[in-house]
Amino acid sequence: MQEKVVVKGLYKIFGPEPEQALALLDQGLSKDEIFEHTRTTVGVQNAEFAIREGEVFVIMGLSGSGKSTLVRMLNRLIEPTRGQVLIDGQDITQMGKQALIELRRSVVSMVFQSFALMPHRSVLENAAFGLEVSGMHKEERHARASRALETVGLAPYADSYPDELSGGMQQRVGLARALATEAPILLMDEAFSALDPLIRTEMQDELVRLQSTQAHTIVFISHDLDEAIRIGDRIAIMEGGSIVQIGTPEEIVTRPANDYVRSFFYGVDVSKVFNAGDIAADDVLTVFERTGVNLRAALAQLRDRGRTLGVVIDRGRQYRGMVSINSLAAAAARGAGEEPRWEAAFIGEVAPTPADAGLSDVLGRVAGSDYPVPVVGADGRYLGIVDKTILLQTLDKTT
Amino acid sequence: MANDNLQIEIPVGEWVEAGVDWIQVNLTGVLDGISDVLAAVIDAFEGTLLAMPPLVLAGLIVGLATWRVGWRFGLFAVAAMALLFGMDIWDETVSTLGLVIASSLVALAIGIPIGIAMARNDSVEAVVRPLLDFMQTMPPFVYLIPAAIFFGLGKVPGAIATLIFAMPPAVRLTNLGIRQVGEEHIEAGQAFGCTGRQLLVKVQLPLAMPSIMAGINQTIMLALSMVVIASMIGAGGLGNTVLTGIQRLDVGLGFEGGLGVVLLAILLDRITQSFGTARRGAAPSGLARLKRLFAADGPGASGRG
Ligand SMILES: Nc1ncnc2c1ncn2[C@@H]1O[C@H](COP(=O)(O)OP(=O)(O)O)[C@@H](O)[C@H]1O
Ligand SMILES: [Mg+2]
Repeated sequence: MQEKVVVKGLYKIFGPEPEQALALLDQGLSKDEIFEHTRTTVGVQNAEFAIREGEVFVIMGLSGSGKSTLVRMLNRLIEPTRGQVLIDGQDITQMGKQALIELRRSVVSMVFQSFALMPHRSVLENAAFGLEVSGMHKEERHARASRALETVGLAPYADSYPDELSGGMQQRVGLARALATEAPILLMDEAFSALDPLIRTEMQDELVRLQSTQAHTIVFISHDLDEAIRIGDRIAIMEGGSIVQIGTPEEIVTRPANDYVRSFFYGVDVSKVFNAGDIAADDVLTVFERTGVNLRAALAQLRDRGRTLGVVIDRGRQYRGMVSINSLAAAAARGAGEEPRWEAAFIGEVAPTPADAGLSDVLGRVAGSDYPVPVVGADGRYLGIVDKTILLQTLDKTT
Repeated sequence: MANDNLQIEIPVGEWVEAGVDWIQVNLTGVLDGISDVLAAVIDAFEGTLLAMPPLVLAGLIVGLATWRVGWRFGLFAVAAMALLFGMDIWDETVSTLGLVIASSLVALAIGIPIGIAMARNDSVEAVVRPLLDFMQTMPPFVYLIPAAIFFGLGKVPGAIATLIFAMPPAVRLTNLGIRQVGEEHIEAGQAFGCTGRQLLVKVQLPLAMPSIMAGINQTIMLALSMVVIASMIGAGGLGNTVLTGIQRLDVGLGFEGGLGVVLLAILLDRITQSFGTARRGAAPSGLARLKRLFAADGPGASGRG
């Protein structure tokens, strides 16, 4: 996948003498010490990341951690003090005024927490704002704005004014305004934070749906882990202007870099974070069902390795069933004469669960069974098992 | 330290006189140019209004009042027109109205661009703001003296004194309105690729409009108050009626002139307000300021946005 936005060694110092503050930062002084010495504020320090095309990259952090500053350096609403921002390989920090305006008109658009709609313009005119500014003719820009309004489900409100709409609808207009320019990159600074929880979830789902049909590269600022997990492909966590961790939602939750990161998911419902596929471990012995491997061979294999359980898969790695030393021995004894069939050895009460099953579903099954639960992908391929130990470890990390 | 031992006099008056002399000698051409332009503008408005059949003009005013404010106010306008005819001060009223419109337009044509420049540049604001403070604390009569010295007596010096006196609210409220536009709207404009000019025209000015309209309203109301005072240097109109009333100690005549001013003030105030502040309310009405001006201690307290 192609890297759409690459940020290298990006700094923002607010204040009159940024050079001095940068020098002190290089010497390893902290944000607070630098404020003591120079009265300048470190907004962002040494940000490094690469966002892939079509990715939803969420930046999380407490208030004042530099999220807004960072995202505004990606379209230079805030001028970086040092470092590079490469968009499609081009360093935008070196762009002249006109090139920057072009970039904002056609490559990077933005959605704001406060909506920032123009109250004197109708919904349609608001949605067409970016196109109007870039000099597009009225008919064409209204046609494109109408399409954007349709995408967000607001076509019937084209002639209304922003103050006649609810908050959620206003933000849909904000989204339509950003979509109308057909810019491939969307910056969304706490775009849903001002909305009611119910509307917020609705908008998140809408964004996910939108991504599945017309994938934008999205930088989404949030201070809400639930939101980050719902929509983010990867999450970057910021603390005091620095990025302390970047990873997939699972990585962040299972291997938090420090207590600050961990603090975000106290009280988060893990069953929302994980599904069965995320935590399945393939540390159970797998036995291939093929000619030359029979029950007795499998039994020997298990005893050899000191295991009590095994999973039988076929050559396409399709899950067949679970066996134990006991079930294998019993099946082998019964079918003394002819070659016993594998089915005879499968443990009856074990059924596989799909990888996208929520943890809350798996939890009940694992708790009520003597055996681990095998997990299979959508194509029936065996992925691993979830047992009590794995579940407890997962739950323990988040409480 | 006792002040009465200090006999130092600072000859401010002499300096001003010297300055005035210098201007009169060296800038005659400029003064004549200003005078010609203003005379043309005044003629255009006052002449047109006076040339209109009174009933047509009255009908237009009533129509405007009804359309912009409502039918009740339309009825008020009808009564006001009837009263002005009845008191036989129609021509004076129209003359005053023409002078108010002419000087307001010039004041706005100069004041709004200054306000825009002020909002976009902090150094311009730093220079203009104290100037505005100074202008607004001067008693209105003071403006008559240089106007009369440079431009003699008549409508032109009256208009000059008026437009200078009436300009500050337009400047101030344009500046204020633009500066009050929220950071998020500016950011939105910039994020979608506005040039500086587009930001001004498509974002800042439209969002500042209620404030600018409030400034326009106040400028017009101040212009009305000053035009009345400017009759002392021959600007004519309703002020003249009042002045004659005072000179002859004719209470009735003075009252009629005053009533004419009040009726005109109410009409101008409500109609101009309806263009900007109606939807958002809140902006202080020029009429309130006008009342303060005539009630108490000059315009010193007015015009602070
Ligand atoms: N224009 C500015 N001038 C000075 N300091 C600023 C400015 N904007 C932001 N800051 C400071 O930079 C830090 C990061 O702010 P911000 O990026 O807005 O954080 P967040 O969006 O994560 O809440 C804060 O300490 C804030 O006070
Ligand atoms: Mg923020």
